[in-house]
Amino acid sequence: MGRKLLFQHIDKPGIRGLEGYRANGGYRSVEKALKTMSPEAVLEEVKKSGLRGRGGAGFPTGMKWSFLAKPEGVPRYLVVNADESEPGTFKDRYLMERIPHILVEGMITSSFALGAKVSYAYIRGEYFYVARIMEQAIAEARAAGWLGKNILGSGFDHEIHVQVGAGAYICGEETALLESLEGKRGNPRIKPPFPAVKGLYDCPTVVNNVETIAAVVPIVNDGGEEYAKIGIGKSTGTKLISAGGNIKRPGVYEIDLGITCDEFINSDEYCGGVDGRAFKAVVPGGSSVPIVPYEMFLKTPTGENRLMTYESLSEGGFAQGTMMGSGGFYAYNDAQCIVRSTWNHTRFYHHESCGQCSPCREGTGWMEKVLERLEHGEGRTEDIDLLWDIQRKIEGNTICPLGDAAAWPVASAIRHFRDEFEYHVTHREKVKDPKHFAREPFRKSAKFATA
Amino acid sequence: MAKVTIDGISIEVPDGTTILQAARMIGERNTADRHVVPPAMCYYSKLKTSGGYCRTCIVKVTKGSDKDPRPMPKPVASCRTAVMDGMEVANTTDPALIDARNGVVEMLLINHPLDCPICDQAGECHLQDLSYENGKEASRYEFERRTFDPIDIGDTIKLHMTRCILCYRCVKVGEQLTDGRVHGVINRGDVAEISTYISQAIENDFSGNMIDVCPVGALTDKTFRFASRVWFTKPVDAHCNCENPKCSGNAVLWMKGNEVLRVTGRKDMWGEVESFICNTCRFDRKDVNAWTIEGPRKIDHHSVISQGHYQLKREQALLASPAPNVPELAKRKELKDR
Repeated sequence: MGRKLLFQHIDKPGIRGLEGYRANGGYRSVEKALKTMSPEAVLEEVKKSGLRGRGGAGFPTGMKWSFLAKPEGVPRYLVVNADESEPGTFKDRYLMERIPHILVEGMITSSFALGAKVSYAYIRGEYFYVARIMEQAIAEARAAGWLGKNILGSGFDHEIHVQVGAGAYICGEETALLESLEGKRGNPRIKPPFPAVKGLYDCPTVVNNVETIAAVVPIVNDGGEEYAKIGIGKSTGTKLISAGGNIKRPGVYEIDLGITCDEFINSDEYCGGVDGRAFKAVVPGGSSVPIVPYEMFLKTPTGENRLMTYESLSEGGFAQGTMMGSGGFYAYNDAQCIVRSTWNHTRFYHHESCGQCSPCREGTGWMEKVLERLEHGEGRTEDIDLLWDIQRKIEGNTICPLGDAAAWPVASAIRHFRDEFEYHVTHREKVKDPKHFAREPFRKSAKFATA
Repeated sequence: MAKVTIDGISIEVPDGTTILQAARMIGERNTADRHVVPPAMCYYSKLKTSGGYCRTCIVKVTKGSDKDPRPMPKPVASCRTAVMDGMEVANTTDPALIDARNGVVEMLLINHPLDCPICDQAGECHLQDLSYENGKEASRYEFERRTFDPIDIGDTIKLHMTRCILCYRCVKVGEQLTDGRVHGVINRGDVAEISTYISQAIENDFSGNMIDVCPVGALTDKTFRFASRVWFTKPVDAHCNCENPKCSGNAVLWMKGNEVLRVTGRKDMWGEVESFICNTCRFDRKDVNAWTIEGPRKIDHHSVISQGHYQLKREQALLASPAPNVPELAKRKELKDR
């Protein structure tokens, strides 16, 4: 049984309310930070903890915070990215639904470290009920004196605002989120300047994921060094993984970074193995990260066991590795059609592209149309190479990472499952049957990079 | 000052200059070096915050700076990336970059209607030039193209959204030149379109500049539509004492005989308007007597407009004339050498 830092008290009765949360040691980190620590000391603890951004990119949080510009007379902001829209990811929702005060607490403590008097929680539009839960938690905290002027007599003022988005995937990109928060069209900004210098309302801003900010609570409570003892190498602490797909036990799990992938996917404590058939492929970090065949997910290119860490998952590069991403884990069994799944992913990115820069605006739609043709038994052999070429021309040429996110699933699907794409060309009549794949599954997926 | 090297050609530029501006300085210094200038479809030096959207100006930074010589991992938009001292940039010398740019051009064209034969912009269209230089001879796109109906967004401007490449230049004009923007981009992804606010028309006295900054035929002058192909008209520099204080009064008259078919701003060698003009000059001052003619407009010899240029007519007649005498021979040689 792994340690629980964020989920320690999640099943206690009344944990959603302030009283229940407080009874289980809530708001200790605020007391500790505001009464006994300086903002620099809190930042130092976060740096020591080795905490990395939990939203997908895995950038060290302490370093991000230390980049924050601190000009005189200009306010600074903390913005919490609760626009959790990565397909397959639902960890932040679970956290905010069940234990909203941990986020409020993390926001107060983090804002103290950053010197931010106001912080914002930007919650995706589909989570409107979560926004209500958060607003209630904030109102409770304010009534109890955890928010407002001169908190705990320390002279630190803080206010939290909740803003609900309108359901655009692109608003999870930090600069698009800031634009949307300012009331503008959610188009990503061109970087530099980075938000740490010019963010919300042109003021220095830190944008962090919900889970990152929540993790600040145990870090301040127990000390950064204690947190850094969990995990391996540069992947420290615990990570929430929302697991789904063809597994026996879907759900949100808090894992110690560093357990083996085999343990995570097959042990009864976590995913509990495949439901009935055999695993074919795994997407470990949300739909944007490369899909990998099951065997490749278990073993690194050097034959060692792959671990659930940032480094180990990306070992082997794009040819044989994948990424930790946001922790939206899903697995496919051998009855699933990879072409259909890739088409579905691409359809999503086509729909969610903001339309600002040309490769993503036009390329995502083109990929979707080609994949649709393949999936419906009207494709040609050249289409596979065409797809490869389109994704290659999107990746790296766009303003924001959405272009890359749209390209990687297509690239990895062709790389590892080219045989399925070819099957769709050679067996046109068969694939016209909508249940084609469940009836005639492939025995084994391609093991190595082809294209 | 920062020293930057683009395709092996170095120049010293002030700090804060973008790579694209530095490349244009090289091109202005010696027109033979103009190949180092990346194409720009959305960047417009006269409009703040423009650029970065179309991605045609991407370049490869092979050396970041003297202090940090690491190359940049991805191609960067040269119009929005500032130079660093000692930076080295590959524009036309990197095959991978050219491939990437060709990809961007292909993306720009897949939903473009390619209706050049009936488009008023043909002959002075930046997308035509771009696809001629960086495009493929045929499209690999086999699906139905996205279309929109042409709409009037004011008395004088027609919007063909189908042709638009979403460069945002007209939005910046609305924001920065007029006293209130009533149009913008609505919707998302490949169905994003330029549109006016519900039942609003663009009526501002500087709105006509949107036509000049539009790199394609999406925004066209309703007083000139289908009147003539641009290369059948004679561009003449002219100015007037416009009573509008913001208007420079410096314009180009596009004439046929003594008739002024169209009035536009004067465009420099990078296709940008030198100074903006007001709508009165552009749409209403179509009488040649209202203008002081300065002389023929110099048009780049690469442009199709210069093909029918009347300034050359006399010289061409001279070249073709039989039995030249000695001074004429000298003149002919001079013209040929040029």
